[in-house]
Amino acid sequence: MTPLTKVESAAIPLALANVDTDQLIPARFMKRPRGDGYGSFLLHDLRAEAGNEAAKLDDPLFQNAEILIARRNFGSGSSREAAVYALADFGIRCVFAPSFGDIFASNAVKNGVLPAQLAEGDIETLLTDGLIAQGGAVRVDLSDQMLHCGNRVFHFDIDPVWKKQLLNGWDDIDMTRSYQNAIEAFVEGDRVKRPWAEPDRDGPVASG
Amino acid sequence: MSAAPRTIIDKIWDAHVIATREDGQSLLYIDRHLLHEGSFHAFDQVRKRGTRLARPDLTFGVADHYVPTRHREAIQPEIRRMVDQLKDNTQAHGITLFGLDDPRQGIVHVTVPAQGLTLPGLTIVCGDSHTSTHGAFGAYAFGIGASEVAHVMMTQTLWQKRPKRMRVRVEGALSPGTSAKDIALSFIAKIGADGARGHAIEYDGPVIRALSMEGRLTLCNLSIESGGRLGLVAPDDVTFAYLKDRPYAPKGAAFERAILDWRALVSDQGAAFDREIILHGAEIAPVVTWGVSPEHALPIDAVVPDPARAADAAQEEAWRDALTYMGLAPGMKLTDIRIDRVFIGSCTNSRIEDLRSAAAVLAGRRATVPGLVSPGSAAVKRQAEEEGLDRIFRDAGLEWADSGCSMCVGMNGDLVPSGERCASTTNRNFKGRQGQGARTHLMSPAMVAAAAVTGHLTDMRALLAGRTV
Ligand code: SF4
Repeated sequence: MTPLTKVESAAIPLALANVDTDQLIPARFMKRPRGDGYGSFLLHDLRAEAGNEAAKLDDPLFQNAEILIARRNFGSGSSREAAVYALADFGIRCVFAPSFGDIFASNAVKNGVLPAQLAEGDIETLLTDGLIAQGGAVRVDLSDQMLHCGNRVFHFDIDPVWKKQLLNGWDDIDMTRSYQNAIEAFVEGDRVKRPWAEPDRDGPVASG
Repeated sequence: MSAAPRTIIDKIWDAHVIATREDGQSLLYIDRHLLHEGSFHAFDQVRKRGTRLARPDLTFGVADHYVPTRHREAIQPEIRRMVDQLKDNTQAHGITLFGLDDPRQGIVHVTVPAQGLTLPGLTIVCGDSHTSTHGAFGAYAFGIGASEVAHVMMTQTLWQKRPKRMRVRVEGALSPGTSAKDIALSFIAKIGADGARGHAIEYDGPVIRALSMEGRLTLCNLSIESGGRLGLVAPDDVTFAYLKDRPYAPKGAAFERAILDWRALVSDQGAAFDREIILHGAEIAPVVTWGVSPEHALPIDAVVPDPARAADAAQEEAWRDALTYMGLAPGMKLTDIRIDRVFIGSCTNSRIEDLRSAAAVLAGRRATVPGLVSPGSAAVKRQAEEEGLDRIFRDAGLEWADSGCSMCVGMNGDLVPSGERCASTTNRNFKGRQGQGARTHLMSPAMVAAAAVTGHLTDMRALLAGRTV
């Protein structure tokens, strides 16, 4: 995964709360292989709704936006990682919101997308900011957790572990493999402690 | 280990920690890993690394998201490909599959517990957010994304941060006609769709103790809709009685030994929770949703809310948008909302008890709108037919279908047409969830049955007078 340190681009002000993953990518597109690219599916049906905020995704002002600003509970709902694929393939690298769906946030980090938490008041300020509305560039600096917008600066929150992963572009699996001995030792001890934990595959149901 | 009082959440957590890093992340061992057709992204990642599954014996595949529930013989090629892909992938890795033609087929969160694969004290993961369902047995069960699915496939472990703990106590007793679905929707309406974010929830109190396993499964299922990581109920005699003689559950002496261990899976006196919420059973009425988030839920005797009375500008905008999408006007009675069709199914409400409670309302009556009933598993379907419930649904004019996720998510083509309004036993009233432009009202199976009879949202208690539930 590509490390994420600084991002400078236009930011899409999406004044919507509870943008669930069914909105981020409607289920009917999820049969496609990832190689096809998921960017055009992002917020597909909301983009088509007359007058919806999501129409901004197709506004030339935000053509190269890598940042998205939204209201609370962004990415709630289904665990579909395809929601993050759609964001990433559209070009989004940072999402700012007051709160995120837990599974979505974790999926985002695994794909190099920053789920940055900002206070509700700050989000409302940004959603109505003139520079952002005009497609002006803002700057995200992950190492000091700052969002620079014109001459104003906002401090955002991110889980320290996720921050490190994003900065380094780490992959969990290699790290986990270095724990192989500990995993094996755990399994051995666990068999004694919880002899009932594995599925009973011995066929017919015992009577009584 | 310290003698400090611990919650059930911490007890299960502690029993699965392999190692804890300096940054506080723990490597957890995973006892069960469940896969479905959507897991193909993860299989692709495993293939890319040229590696194998660490524990195929702890991994189970279920065909549910894409399976046709009607006309299985005329399956569309695109859907057939999704189902076949799961078959090929599980076969290649030696994973047991409850496939399309298997008598154990069904929705993953319905059939897996019924097979005795869900046990108290286990860690269970699946690439589906409603994995929280399995918490009904006192299991630590949560949904994960495709990258995490691939991680579990390759290592049988996951890196996790210890969650915050929330206890939801439901005191007193439920009034007649209300169910686990009403508890869950009342709770979500109270704390919001992100109210339990970052928390593992333990449900407790006399109302929870009095719930059947079916009711507990429904309640834990909806934990994710409050933003919770997972929800669970400490195991008790109700749990053990359910598990006895289930195919994959321990048997004989092993079962007795397991029960001894499981009885210790309770929160100790004085164990600290980060948050405690108390609900009163008597205050819980039959609930329906009116908007596009599960938090948009109200008792059936209420009216559609007025955005002008919202708490703040953001909520006002959200309510306005919801009302526009749903085609509703502020102030109208919920019972005046007319519906176009009904759906009874999904991992939330498709178990035998759910079908019985809907049938109790429908018996001897006709539905005035079309509707689909999809039992949660092939086994539930067989049992319902033995009990004659299928006749009640058919005689009422509803379609009796095979088992699958069906109209919960519409991936198999069972969709609510655009602009139509559906009374549904499912879990998400999100825009477009049941089909592009579809309008969903969530409620319990008995409430859906009542709406089917009258053609509008209805307090089913009136239709139950003189009947046994
Ligand atoms: S029924 Fe719906 S919520 Fe349940 S597993 Fe299937 S798609 Fe997910």
